[in-house]
Amino acid sequence: MNIFFFHLMPYGDLDLSYTDKYDSAWVTLPNTYFDRSKGTAIYDRYINELSLADELGFDGICVNEHHQTAYGLMPAPNLIAGALTRTTKKAKIAILGRALPLVNNPVAIAEEFAMLDQMSGGRIITGFVRGIGSEYFASGIDPTLSHARYYEAHELILRAWTEPGPFQYHGRHYSFDYVNIWPRPVQLPHPPVWIPSQGSIETIEWCAAKERRYTYLQTFSPIELAQKNFDAYRACAEKAGYQAQASQLGWAIPTYVAETDEIARRELQPHIEAFFNKLLRFPIEMRMPPGYSSIASTKMLIERKYAVRASQQTIDTLSDLGMCIYGSARTVREKLLHHQKKMGIGNLISMLQIATQPAEQTEKSMRLFAAEVAPYLRANASTAVAAE
Amino acid sequence: MAETVSTQTVDVRGTKLKVQEAGSGETILFLHGAGGSNWTGLLDRLATKYRVILPEHPGFGRSQIPDWMMSVGDLALFYLDFIHALKLDNVHLAGHSLGGWLTAEIAIRNTTKLRSVSLLAPAGIAVADAPFGDIFLWKHEQSTRAQFHDQALAEKRLTVTPDLDLVLQNKSAVARLAWNPRLSNPQLPFWLHRIDRPTLLLWGRQDRIIPYACRVPYQQGIVQAQMETIDQCGHAIHNEKPAEAAAIMEKFLSGVKA
Repeated sequence: MNIFFFHLMPYGDLDLSYTDKYDSAWVTLPNTYFDRSKGTAIYDRYINELSLADELGFDGICVNEHHQTAYGLMPAPNLIAGALTRTTKKAKIAILGRALPLVNNPVAIAEEFAMLDQMSGGRIITGFVRGIGSEYFASGIDPTLSHARYYEAHELILRAWTEPGPFQYHGRHYSFDYVNIWPRPVQLPHPPVWIPSQGSIETIEWCAAKERRYTYLQTFSPIELAQKNFDAYRACAEKAGYQAQASQLGWAIPTYVAETDEIARRELQPHIEAFFNKLLRFPIEMRMPPGYSSIASTKMLIERKYAVRASQQTIDTLSDLGMCIYGSARTVREKLLHHQKKMGIGNLISMLQIATQPAEQTEKSMRLFAAEVAPYLRANASTAVAAE
Repeated sequence: MAETVSTQTVDVRGTKLKVQEAGSGETILFLHGAGGSNWTGLLDRLATKYRVILPEHPGFGRSQIPDWMMSVGDLALFYLDFIHALKLDNVHLAGHSLGGWLTAEIAIRNTTKLRSVSLLAPAGIAVADAPFGDIFLWKHEQSTRAQFHDQALAEKRLTVTPDLDLVLQNKSAVARLAWNPRLSNPQLPFWLHRIDRPTLLLWGRQDRIIPYACRVPYQQGIVQAQMETIDQCGHAIHNEKPAEAAAIMEKFLSGVKA
């Protein structure tokens, strides 16, 4: 059981009344809402929190990429990862992930990851994503080419890491006469690849394919959906002729630990509600640009699943859906262990800083988690999936 | 008095198109805009004097855009094949919005089979300080309202629930053709001189999708352009002012010498 600390680096000082005037914290929210005098202290604090996670014994720390949004101030996550190679000693550094289709030169992504792999002494985990819908408005990349560019960029990056260069690559979307990266990554056969996703069956099948066996990471979803997707992964693996390991499955979940259940609920409430209602807020047109997903998936989101996100959530509705875990250390570890056994996951990605949550609460929660939750999970986690 | 509209399927080198047609006489090939293939009041009026052909672009309606089709330039060459496949000659080529842009892209490539060119509020050329409407980000109501100057017409339109499959399919095709550069081709102004046929430019004065200011580079680039404006009219000229638009087009077309 590997336990990770995930940080989104949100702009916690966002004036939450922005929703009176704007319908999203992404792309169209004017960046005058960002106070330029606060950024330095924000990055300092967040890098310290990530570094503290290493000191506290988390197995890994995670960053990710989003563009033009108050949701996360990491349009270039590898910059943060670079700083973390200097401030941490043991923890894996997981970049979950880079959005491959958004760039016109995927070789640059192969290069940056190879640099980080060397700088960290082989501690990085790479994540490959398509970027969420809004990022196609932010980047100008045609969303109808998202899948095709993703698969092609993935192939190119894997080849750049593993094949001796120089070689030529001439695809439909990317074309290079010389692919010959310096440095090469240190990990063999290449740095681990994780696939963070909300989960479509196509993604899960691709991820679980015998030749890849990438770790599938379910992000910020109702627990029912997470369970369904982990089961689908295991089924795909079985169909491909092998048994999926727990280490191939990861679950990302906002988590908060305090002295008691009551204190945890009281302290977490404004922040978890701000996370889902204010930061993770976009109209469907922005969330699902044309051609980004199949018409069937888009319709499903419009008609059903999207209702979860679009409606105003409360800490109780979120807790009922299994979209956050909070309480005393005892409550949190029991809940997490229960879910771990049921879902058969080997990687728990705890998001222990949530939206507007201040530094003191974040550090308290991290320390309680490291001292009283993580050891219990490591001692008791099962690698087998519990019987129903 | 509306002519009967017939529908057939045309196969152009393996790509099948739904093609609607009505009327007889000289041929108008009409290329629809981003909203998809709709037989409008404008076409009804034109069909009383002309043979009007309305193909549904690949990727619109119930069809998939071919994998190889990446741009309006590709679609323009495809329609030159279409004209060849239907053995059309002396065609009055016309198009609205995305279809107007497409019309210009066809005409800069080859006017051999064309008799005239009509550009109705064409996209295709971006003008500083007159941004296109964001047809991809706008909500259905906002998009619908922006189509019309007369909001009573928009409200009437809004009472009809759109076919979601159709809307998503059409938007997806438009994205493939026009996501970036958005609804335009920066190279187009450099080739407009190649349009060596009588050309009509027709705009609604209050267009909020392809603003009126976008007419200027077309006027400057096309030597034979005749500019006409309909006042109190938004982007959806063919729906908002079909009689006026038909009268202007008929007058223009009847003045075109063979």
